Amino acid sequence: MIWNETIECMSRDKLEQLQSERLSAMVERLYYNVPFYRQQFQKNGIEPGDITHVCQLKSLPFTTKQDLRDNYPFGLFAVPTSEIVRVHASSGTTGKPTVVGYTRKDIGIWSEVMARTLTSAGGGKTDVLHVAYGYGLFTGGLGVHYGAEKIGATVIPMSGGNTQRQLQLMHDFGSTILACTPSYALFIAEAMADANMPIESFKLKAGVFGAEPWTEEMRREIERKLHIKAIDIYGLSEVIGPGVASECPHQCGLHVFEDHFIPEVIDPETLEVLPNGRIGELVFTCVTKEALPLLRYRTRDLTVLNADRCSCGRSIVRMQKVLGRSDDMLIIRGVNVFPSQIETVLLEMSETRPHYLLIVDRVDNLDQLEVWVEVEDQFFSDEIKKLEDLKRKIQHTIESTLGISAKVKLVEPKTIERSEGKSKRVIDKRKLT
Amino acid sequence: MIIKQLSVFLENTSGRLTEVTGALASAKINISAFSVADTAEYGVLRLIVNKPEAAEKVLKDKGLSVHITEVIGLVVPDEPGGLHRALKILSAEGISVEYMYAFALGDRATVIIRTESAQRTVEALQRQKLELINASDIYAL
Repeated sequence: MIWNETIECMSRDKLEQLQSERLSAMVERLYYNVPFYRQQFQKNGIEPGDITHVCQLKSLPFTTKQDLRDNYPFGLFAVPTSEIVRVHASSGTTGKPTVVGYTRKDIGIWSEVMARTLTSAGGGKTDVLHVAYGYGLFTGGLGVHYGAEKIGATVIPMSGGNTQRQLQLMHDFGSTILACTPSYALFIAEAMADANMPIESFKLKAGVFGAEPWTEEMRREIERKLHIKAIDIYGLSEVIGPGVASECPHQCGLHVFEDHFIPEVIDPETLEVLPNGRIGELVFTCVTKEALPLLRYRTRDLTVLNADRCSCGRSIVRMQKVLGRSDDMLIIRGVNVFPSQIETVLLEMSETRPHYLLIVDRVDNLDQLEVWVEVEDQFFSDEIKKLEDLKRKIQHTIESTLGISAKVKLVEPKTIERSEGKSKRVIDKRKLT
Repeated sequence: MIIKQLSVFLENTSGRLTEVTGALASAKINISAFSVADTAEYGVLRLIVNKPEAAEKVLKDKGLSVHITEVIGLVVPDEPGGLHRALKILSAEGISVEYMYAFALGDRATVIIRTESAQRTVEALQRQKLELINASDIYAL
């Protein structure tokens, strides 16, 4: 089902026209209302009225998390606090919290994009939506809540924690859609089994999961254990919260609600905009938001955009499930390499995610990449010929997808050091002086 | 006639083999035959033991990659052309040999053969009245 067919299935021409009008108005608002942006524009010689088309977006300055910190708490707000009806904030484990604000209209936009998200996950007015995202300063709980009310679903505002009670109410109220982090969904599934509550006695049909990275493997596990369709949703509080992008039941990329949040993918090193199909850092421009309309906000998340129409009918651009963080990028012989790309190559060759390690070194002034792959059962063959074939195939695929040659080394399981269950992905031995 | 062989992935570092043999010894598992295929970086250890499933568990618990592979054991008479006869049969049947290794059993040699299909190999060789060793006999060695 599609909540807003006019927008979600709009032709590229019409959408660009809409984006252009909105961008132009946004630049004007930023120029007059946010001193930080005015200074940036003046430094770059940009006047309000200069920006008339979305293709000019690439000439505008970026915004980073540091800019939000430097202007803590309300310095980047484009409206007076009398217009702000809500504030959310990140936990701020690595410094000051990131503070975001919403006007009444912003809350409306948020409800709209969350309504699209929940509809695309198969939700409607007859559904019972169990919201186990945290309520409070975190955007997860309230974000889903407003969207669920908008589509007319019955909302159970559980928030996180107290799993026994969650199970009880989910069971007794006949919840049909679960909204929480994917790791909590797995936790719930285990608690269900421990409590001897058969999944058949629940009415769950779908789950909307996000707010943390998760793998296809986790998705399959959740779907198998909870008998549901697990939908990946994407969002970040700086942009709006949940509701920036969402999968449809085809699960082939997340539809970005680009009438509100214009996505770009850039090379994190050169900051050049990359064409669709290339991996890079995701950047958002919030063209409709009033309180905190961030311009070209660098998410640090890595993805690939795809503008082909989806089989669900939506024409808005799709982003791949987040592939990693741009901070993890390595430059090897001048080529940008993300550990997640190697992981994708390895995943294509097996059902489960193998443990791997990238070792980068500089020998005779030339960068060398060595990829260690643990030979777990899914890779192991009794025949040397097949193992050597596997090695060559990995080597070849890395070379053709990344454009650099790598030496692949097959190692025994558990060779690669784990820390807290996660394995270390990269060792960079290069000493650059 | 089909024998269960354990195949273990091992890195080519000193002491790895000892760990495997040590683990099997402390689990009171007896090795009847073995071979090592190696490359510069890693090797595959192939073992025939008296309790294949128990040995698989012991080695998996040590975190090793272990597979059980089906092989057959051919008794080769100690005379010219003994091995040749068997291989000719397989070649005529279009069965390709992946690898083989031999060990002495009393005054005769036994050749462990891994082919693409253990079942077809057994049938082909038995039709020609070649002597194959029973799985239970080899586990009991």
